[in-house]
Formats: sequence, C-alpha cells, structure tokens
Amino acid sequence: MGVARYWREIPARYNLIGKKCGVCGKVYFPPRIVCPKCRRKSIGKMEDYKLSGKGTVESFTVIRVPPPEFEGKSPYVMALIKMDEGCYLTGQIVDCSIDEVHIGMRVEACLRRIQEDGKRGAIYYGYKFRKAEE
Amino acid sequence: MREVAIIGIGMTKFGELWDKSFRELVAEAGIQAILDAGIEGEEIDALYLGGMSTGRFIGQEHVGPLAVEVAGLEDLHLPATRVEAACASGGVAMHQGFLAVASGMYDIVVVGGAEKMTDVVGGEATNILASAADREWESFFGITFPGLYALIAKYHMHKYGTTQEQLAMVAVKNHYNGSMNPKAQFRRKISVEDVLKSPLVADPLHLLDCSPITDGAAVAILAPLDIAKKYTDKIVKIKASALACDTLSYHGRKRFDSLPAAVEAAKRAYKMAGIEPKDVDLAEVHDCFTIAEIIAIEDLGFVEKGKGGKATEEGLTALDGEIPVNTSGGLKAKGHPVGATGVAQINELVMQLRGEAGERQVKDATIGLAHNVGGSGGTAVVHILEAI
Repeated sequence: MGVARYWREIPARYNLIGKKCGVCGKVYFPPRIVCPKCRRKSIGKMEDYKLSGKGTVESFTVIRVPPPEFEGKSPYVMALIKMDEGCYLTGQIVDCSIDEVHIGMRVEACLRRIQEDGKRGAIYYGYKFRKAEE
Repeated sequence: MREVAIIGIGMTKFGELWDKSFRELVAEAGIQAILDAGIEGEEIDALYLGGMSTGRFIGQEHVGPLAVEVAGLEDLHLPATRVEAACASGGVAMHQGFLAVASGMYDIVVVGGAEKMTDVVGGEATNILASAADREWESFFGITFPGLYALIAKYHMHKYGTTQEQLAMVAVKNHYNGSMNPKAQFRRKISVEDVLKSPLVADPLHLLDCSPITDGAAVAILAPLDIAKKYTDKIVKIKASALACDTLSYHGRKRFDSLPAAVEAAKRAYKMAGIEPKDVDLAEVHDCFTIAEIIAIEDLGFVEKGKGGKATEEGLTALDGEIPVNTSGGLKAKGHPVGATGVAQINELVMQLRGEAGERQVKDATIGLAHNVGGSGGTAVVHILEAI
C-alpha cells in the first residue's frame, strides 16, 4: 500500500484532530465531512478540533487470533472508547495487564507504533490508550 | 408495483470444497434452480449475483459476465449485475432482483450468491473479512471481525446479564439443526461444554461461537406472481423486501446493544408485509457469531431488547419452539460463504414453506423471515416470504 494513504491521516491518528460542526457544535472523531445532524447547513462549516485524548472504556475484547499485520502481538486488548467530547472510537489498550481492563475504566491517548509494511516498509503510528486516573 | 414470487431454488453443499471452483459452484446452484423452476434459458431476463470479495478471494472481479458464461447465456447478452454488500451481498442481490421484477422491468430474474473462500491460506481470509469493517478507523488499529462482535457481546453481557452459556446455546441449537441438513458444513451435534472449551478467538467469543470459512453458492429464481402460477403449484410469495444501512463502523452507531439498521429494515418489512413479529412462523437470521443471533431476535421484535439470551435458554427459538430460528443450521453450522448466505437463507425458507425440509420441517409453516447483515451492521436486509 502506498504511504500517502497513511500520511494523509496523520493529523487525526497522531494528534486526535477531529471535526466540530460550526452549526450545532457537536464534535466528531474519526473526522467527518458533513454533520449528520445539520447535514446541508454544515457544508463548509466543519472545523478542525483537537480531542483531549481522555475517555472511558464502554466495551472491550481480547484479540487472541490477530490479523496478519498484528501477527505475534496477541493477546492484546481492543476497546470501544467514549471520548470525553462525546464521540466514540476503537483503540488498543496498552501498558496494563489484560485483567485490569474493565468497562468504565478511564483511559488517555498515547502515540504508539500501530503496524508496519513488512520488514523494510514504512512504520505506521497512531493512537493507543493507557489507563488514566479515575 | 407487481407482486413477486419465488419459482425455483438451488444450493450447493456448503463446506471446504477444494475440488470445486467458483464457476463450478455458481453453475451447480444455478442448474438446480433452473431445473426446480422448470424454465428454459431463453425465459430469463436478468441476473444478479451477490459476492463479497471475489477479487481478493480468487483474484476475479467482473463475475457478472462470468455467471452469464457458466450458464451458457452469452448469446442472449443477458444483463448481469454483481452486487456487493459484504456478508449481506446475497440479501442485497435478492432485494435488487425483487425491485427488478416488482417494477415491471423484468419478468424472470435469477438471483445468485457465491463465495469461494478456501483458495486463500493462513490469515488471509480473516484479513479479507476485516474489509467489511472500516479499514481506516477500525481494522487499521487491530480489531478483527470476531473482535467487533466480541465488543457487542461484552456490551450486551454487561448491560443485560447475558451469559457465555446463553451464547453457547445458540451454537448448540444451530449445530443440532445443521445435523439434519444434508447441505450443512457441520453436521455434528455439540454441547455447551464443547463451545466453552473451544479456544478463545476474541473474548468472550470462543471458536465455536463463530461461523466458519466456507465455499458455496445459492440461487433463487423470481417471477411476477401471476406468471409464477404457470411454473409451480407451490408458490412462495415475497411479501416484503427491505434494505437499511447505517454507519460503516460499529463505533459510529447510535446504539451498541443492537444493529439499528436491522431494526429499521425489520420495521419496513413488517409494514410492507402488513404483519407483526408474532405472525412469523420461522426465521433464518444472520448468526455470524452467537451474539448476533441473540441481538437479531431482539432487533426483529421476537423478544424484548435484552431478553434474547434468556429466550434462547428457554427454547423459544428451538426447532420445536414458538419461533424456530435457523432451522438450516444457520451461518454457524450450515456454513457462511459470505456472498451466498443471503440467498441460502431464502433457500431454507422456501423449502420450509413448501413443506420440503424433511427431518427439520417446521409444522404448518406459512410465513418465514430472513435477516441478512453486512459487516457489523452497516447493511441489513429483511425478507418476508409467505406460502400461498
């Protein structure tokens, strides 16, 4: 896969830059082009918005059979996270034992290596989450 | 809008069919359906073929003309359309076929679904299936398809107290039903203990909570109701065909304990058919994972939200229950060749409604419902069929 595919997502994946609707003020992450609430009115009014990186685990699973790009990394925890701004995303939970993860756990984003394009290809970074103070 | 009926069905055996190619599968199911309907090639007006990822599974896109060629219909220059909606490709192909006949554009329409999944090796199939999720914002970060349904399962268990045993009971029931289906991939009965002892794939889902990798094809032939009478006495009418979509990603949804698109598709289908959930005699639902059947019976209105696990435990959906679900064995035991599944569900309903389901026949079945889901719920298709 060409690196441009990853390069263009860098603002969102490195810095959690999402979008805020200039009409209703709702925050979207992953970034959206049109606000599903305001639709037509939101055209051209979606502004960049940096998330705080703080959120809460709403659900989680332990991946035991990983996809090929994550071979050798399992078991690892993937979670549905509700960000404090109200939007949801899917991310990995790191830096704690699997048994510590629970629904309602407070987490914060950190920048980590996600996957790489073979041994000689580009390394792709992005957000993962670690335990935060309750 | 014209009323539409199903005049013929056909389906290959489902399984790891190493000796059969994609085109042989399509031909086999198609020939069975043509013979069942008693039609000649010249009578066919159009063809729709559901396939999720032929390009990645067998390196072959453009399978519309491939189907025309295997059927020997190229001299008719038959209009053929390949339909893709991940695991709902077959259901969406049915919807397209229904629209084509209902609109009056075509009379006899062949709807097929096929997938050849075992020509790829290792983790490749898992990776291809992950393309039904959001590649940039879900799969990229390491979530697998079983992983997404595991998130749903965990959420449901936390919110409603659904148990691992209740999840396992879905698999046990569907394997039991599959044991009576000669075309099913798995015909072995299993126990709750077998499921719980099988390796974890994505907690809380064990291997036996998951549908398998399968090769197979299924076909249904549609015709306007008035013409259908010319071909068959056992007419099965399509009372409703409804399609609904949602966000591609699971995290983008309004609810996490339900597939809102399935709720909406069901609502539209019930309205179109003029019936209520309690009028349904049997259902084929999209049990790609055991939790999926539990939320399906809730989303379809057979039970209240949150009560799907308990209802399964109490036998509501068993073959001799109030509303038998997945009499074919479901995706779990019959197998899940993704693009074929939606049409295979229609095959089972037609057999049941004609009274040709043998050992697993549901008594006095008149109304059947099929629920086919793409991805983690981005697409949902509901069909309601009636024996008349």
